[in-house]
Amino acid sequence: MANATDPHAASVTTASGAGDGTLTTADGKPLARALARSQGRARRRAFLLVLPLLAFILITFVVPIGQMLQRSFHNDGFSANMPQISQWFAENPRGTDIDEAAWTALALDLQASAEERSIGVVGTRINYDVPGTRSLFTSTGRKVRRGIEPPYRETLLDIDEDWGDPVLWGAMRDASTPYTGNFYLASLDRTRAEDGSIEMVPERQQVYQMLFMRTFWLSLLITGLTFVLGFPVAHLLATLPMRKSNLLMILVLLPFWTSLLVRTTSWMVLLQQQGVINDILVWLGVIGDGQRLQMIYNQTGTIIAMTHILLPFMILPLYSVMRTINPSYVRAARSLGATSWTAFRRIYFPQTLPGLGAGALLVFILAVGYYITPALVGGSSGQLISNMIAMHMTDTLNWSMAAALAALLLASVLVLYWLYDRLVGIDNLKLG
Amino acid sequence: MKNALFLTTAMSLIAGPALADVNLLSWGGAYGNSHLEAYAKPFEAETGTKVVMADADNPATPIKAMVEAGNVSADVASVEYADAVRLCDEGLLELIDPAILAPTADGVAAEEDFIDGAITECFVGTDVYSMVLAYDDAQFSDAKPASPADFFDLEAFPGKRTMRKGAKFNLELALMADGVPADQVYEVLGTDEGVDQAFAKLEEIKDDVIWWEAGAQPPQLLADGEVSMAYAFNGRIFNAAQGEGKPFKIIWDGQIYEMEGWVIPKGAPNLEEALEFVTYSTSPAPQARAAEFISYGPPRKSAAALVGNIEGTDQPMGPNLPTTEANMQNALGSDLDFWVDHDAELNERFNSWLAS
Repeated sequence: MANATDPHAASVTTASGAGDGTLTTADGKPLARALARSQGRARRRAFLLVLPLLAFILITFVVPIGQMLQRSFHNDGFSANMPQISQWFAENPRGTDIDEAAWTALALDLQASAEERSIGVVGTRINYDVPGTRSLFTSTGRKVRRGIEPPYRETLLDIDEDWGDPVLWGAMRDASTPYTGNFYLASLDRTRAEDGSIEMVPERQQVYQMLFMRTFWLSLLITGLTFVLGFPVAHLLATLPMRKSNLLMILVLLPFWTSLLVRTTSWMVLLQQQGVINDILVWLGVIGDGQRLQMIYNQTGTIIAMTHILLPFMILPLYSVMRTINPSYVRAARSLGATSWTAFRRIYFPQTLPGLGAGALLVFILAVGYYITPALVGGSSGQLISNMIAMHMTDTLNWSMAAALAALLLASVLVLYWLYDRLVGIDNLKLG
Repeated sequence: MKNALFLTTAMSLIAGPALADVNLLSWGGAYGNSHLEAYAKPFEAETGTKVVMADADNPATPIKAMVEAGNVSADVASVEYADAVRLCDEGLLELIDPAILAPTADGVAAEEDFIDGAITECFVGTDVYSMVLAYDDAQFSDAKPASPADFFDLEAFPGKRTMRKGAKFNLELALMADGVPADQVYEVLGTDEGVDQAFAKLEEIKDDVIWWEAGAQPPQLLADGEVSMAYAFNGRIFNAAQGEGKPFKIIWDGQIYEMEGWVIPKGAPNLEEALEFVTYSTSPAPQARAAEFISYGPPRKSAAALVGNIEGTDQPMGPNLPTTEANMQNALGSDLDFWVDHDAELNERFNSWLAS
């Protein structure tokens, strides 16, 4: 603080220079303490002012997201409702023969769980790992609700011989502790083999890795497209006289203010095979009636619609940065003999980087989590990972799986953000 | 969905349940309207108990959230059959004693009168809807498609198709189109070879399918001429044909029907009134009345004869209902246990297949 080139520090030193070396205020208190007190008060007041916002964010954002993410590695559906067999698993390591004690524990747990009506939760948990077993639990539960007689092994195998399946026992062992990494494994198209090692799921079941790759690739592509389309527009807006640029600005902002669904549906009307663009092309004779182009319900449709919807997020930060760029720099470069391309490349473009960085980051992060547009216009090849998260949230009700997928998505975005910070520097970000 | 979940939770925190009213959680739209007109209003008039309606994208989701949070604001909710069984197995619903349900005018017990499976421990069916094949009459001048096999016949019936983006319904339809009788569909689908067979059949038309996500899309795609045939919910097709006069025809052969009905969330604040409402709304007359507002069939056999004309017209509703005798030939009841077991697995495979 008190370095020699700081004019404030210098003036204070001069003012109280006559004393015993410590700075004091006019009423004789040490300056440092007085300063700390008054600043502390200001800080407390500032903190009180943001407290409502902080509480709001905590309650509506941090806590729910934290709870949701917790589900991705914590699911006590089995362990909480089947205590005895969970205990048996804890005491006997993997590879132990299933003895009579295990069957007894399983049978009594099943009966108790059926009585308490928690058998559905138990079955659902195991069904995540071994598809087709939920009904095994619920139907067995219905039969043993009123009581179960020894010998338990024979009784259970008699009800359904699937109870002897080693894969099922492996899954029950995995589920016997509430903490599990299985949902993350499944999110990466991997599963646990019978002996506990990790292996890929059969090829026809593999979908998540491919969707993650596609999501990142399409988001990158869309970010690139919004840059290519948005840069000239932002430049035009920034260099035109205010009156004209304001008018043009409305054209950028109007779609921005229009509902997302309306814009998506408009693209359907334009792009579909019986839509406006195809009709015009057929009318002009460019294509025959039988060769109408398939421009929507596929990846193309997703790219077009998302690029359009995300375009303002690129234009606005670029525009606000470009407005502040002094035109005399480029003029100076030109007058010193640079070609217009060199002047643009070496002088103008580097100055737009903060806006470009902000725009690219915004567009990319929004694109990675986009859901409704790919759902409506994506068809089979334009689906993104968010569509699978939605499916697990609403259709299969496997919230743990949805949370694991979302956590991976969040983590990879954070990694990219960190990379961006390392490469470009987050201080260089300018939103307007 | 997230919004609905958050909203209902927030609403219940702020407002709290009203006293001695029935808080009914429904779906909104035309379907919610049928609940209002046929059940809620007459019930209010008859008993004096007020029915407060709220909407959710899918009422099953807020129920899970409400009961787990210990803050239940709904007394009765309309949910799909599959969700009802799932919620019931997870202990999130009150049990409903079938003895409270009203017998028919002739004194036949309710349990005899409802179709199979319409009453479970926690659930009473209110209506039957189905997935049907539909086509645009204007696009086929000569032969008209009439069966699931025709849906997969791109040569005889050209044009694109639209199907729901998901494994459910499509796999069953593919097997029926491949000649598997309706009563053996789930048996076949339970085997690996059966699933392979279904996907192989879907592969035949894969390049010509537009996959829909929202129920409103298929009638729109049909109306735009984007597709010539659609696989969609019967109510949506009926609304477009009846309400907007579109030339859409339904093929009832191979329809897959499902049920919706009432459940009572565990810890419902007004349990007594809720049960009273369930008894009233599932008696034959209101059931038949509801079917006049929306083309979903009553699950009570005795109600079928009581269904009158389509509300606001002089045409009978009967032929448009999935439950009408003539429409039930070669119909398939959706197998809930199968889908609860295999939902995730088959959807992953479906999405993997879709992307390849």
